[in-house]
Amino acid sequence: MRTMRIPRRIGGVVVGTIGVLLALLVLGGVPKAGPPAGLAPAAAESPPVVAVAAAAPAPARSPSKNDQPTVQIGACDGGAPVEVSKDLKGKALADSLMDQWKRSHPEANWVTEEKEKHALKPPADNSGLLKGAQGKSHTYGNYTERDILLWARETEKFVAEGSRIFHSADLLGSEVAVSCDMCHPHAANTHPETYPKYQVQLGRVALLRDMINWCIENPVRGEKLAADSPTMRALEAYILSQRKGVPMEYGKH
Amino acid sequence: MATHKSVETKYLEERRQFFRGLRNLDRRSFLKVSAAALGATAGWATPHSFTPVTVAQGAEGATSQPAFRFAYISDSHLYERDVNDRFVRGLLRAVDDVNNLDPQPDFVFYGGDLAQLGQAKELELGAQILKNLKAPLKIMVGEHDWYLDMGQKWQELFGPPTYSFDHKGVHFVVLMSVLERDFWTARRMTAMERMQTVAGLDNGWQNPFMVGPRQRQWLADDLAKLPDDARIIVFSHSPLYKLYKPWNFWTDDAEEVQAILKRFKQVVVIHGHTHQLLTNRIGNIHFHGMLATAWPWPYAPEGTPELTIQMSRPDPFNPSDGCGDGEVHVHPDGLVDKVYSLWNRNPITVTRTYMASWGKQDVPPKPNRPAY
Repeated sequence: MRTMRIPRRIGGVVVGTIGVLLALLVLGGVPKAGPPAGLAPAAAESPPVVAVAAAAPAPARSPSKNDQPTVQIGACDGGAPVEVSKDLKGKALADSLMDQWKRSHPEANWVTEEKEKHALKPPADNSGLLKGAQGKSHTYGNYTERDILLWARETEKFVAEGSRIFHSADLLGSEVAVSCDMCHPHAANTHPETYPKYQVQLGRVALLRDMINWCIENPVRGEKLAADSPTMRALEAYILSQRKGVPMEYGKH
Repeated sequence: MATHKSVETKYLEERRQFFRGLRNLDRRSFLKVSAAALGATAGWATPHSFTPVTVAQGAEGATSQPAFRFAYISDSHLYERDVNDRFVRGLLRAVDDVNNLDPQPDFVFYGGDLAQLGQAKELELGAQILKNLKAPLKIMVGEHDWYLDMGQKWQELFGPPTYSFDHKGVHFVVLMSVLERDFWTARRMTAMERMQTVAGLDNGWQNPFMVGPRQRQWLADDLAKLPDDARIIVFSHSPLYKLYKPWNFWTDDAEEVQAILKRFKQVVVIHGHTHQLLTNRIGNIHFHGMLATAWPWPYAPEGTPELTIQMSRPDPFNPSDGCGDGEVHVHPDGLVDKVYSLWNRNPITVTRTYMASWGKQDVPPKPNRPAY
């Protein structure tokens, strides 16, 4: 998991959000608006003004194309400064800033978006593990709601990454602009539950990953993946997740 | 014009006629063919010839001779040639197939999704290839042709997407059934992002397809002058019924469109989009799918109509398996035999008698490799 690009993206969301909120504080656009609970209270106490000021020494006026006076606002995540109309106030200003930030961070909510866009099936519900008194006296098995949530989120993220690759000719490295979903919408007809099986066309027993690689090399015309590569692992995760509830039946033709 | 035919030409003509006849072979005529074949090997008949046997048709109802026939090609999903040549070769193959039909069909119907991402160069390439057809072309738009520039280039090349015409006593209607309500403005999508969203069959950010109120009104007006026993064939890219919403095997206002067609004795609807052998009947309306030249879709996990005899799972190791083109034989009563000319497989015909008998007669061969 760690080798995938996910952790950095998530980091980017937090930093970016803080950046916008801090920028709002500097401008005084949102009166009384402190950072929402849970957002690094220490950072909100005093240094933010300094941090933002360092990124953009002084809100500088610059004439825009429409000759409307604008203000440049620096972001504390080191990103490019944002330009807004000087007349914007209050919620309109906040919306404009958030809008611009979202546009420059199109992948901020990528896991949620991927789940929604491609109807990813949720992982198993493990909340039953929180019941039962025996767990309390035992280190292994003494789970909290946080544990359950963490497992689900991490697993979903892994599957979502697979879905993203599955649906992208670029991420698959296709030389002919072909992605997996063009023949397998929602991973249909991938039947991971039937492997291992004797693959007649190959003349040997194949695993799901052998077939993934076969597809990548042939219809997709990309480069074969190492069995333990993050891309292969993510693809397997997505394909398996989509067959949730289907009985395993290895060897089935 | 020279009428001389070479030995090869005659041989190929006979062969073609023979195989066309085999499509509708029943058991008794099979025995006749076998006997003739035996005769041929024993030297009783001219060894090169396929002609001694005229294949008899099956059940009584099936003996009606078609009034005319037209060919179809659909769902080529072309990229530019240097991006992906496989899909280009698919369309070229289909054009060859149709050009080799003898006699030529009255016209060729193209079922939509000529381009993959609606780009001018993709559509122009498609138009160029389709110009090689010997028979006249009638064409329908698909969502892949439309959502980059909202149909501008396609209409420039092929004209309005909604129209009707009459041919040998049959009224043909071509609909643009892939309208979607705006999902792109709220998400601030670029034109290409909108196109790619629609191009993803399993992309849930798009909206369901529909014909829309304006076209429904147009349809009602277009059909108003026709008597109830008129012979009508409607083309729509999406199936004009509700099969499986997550893949847009679906038309959201299907019931309203069906209501307009309800007063007629019978109506045939032929659709693209599903890339597979697909058969349905709702009351007086008989629905047939078209094969794609690009790739076959799997059957939807639910909702496949009872009348559908699925095609066997395609062989992934054969890139053109499950693809193809086909013919539609229109009978004097307005019902059709729908021929699925699958590449690499025996053609499958879904006859009008199969449809008229609600699947009791002339049942097409069942698949030996069903969907998982």
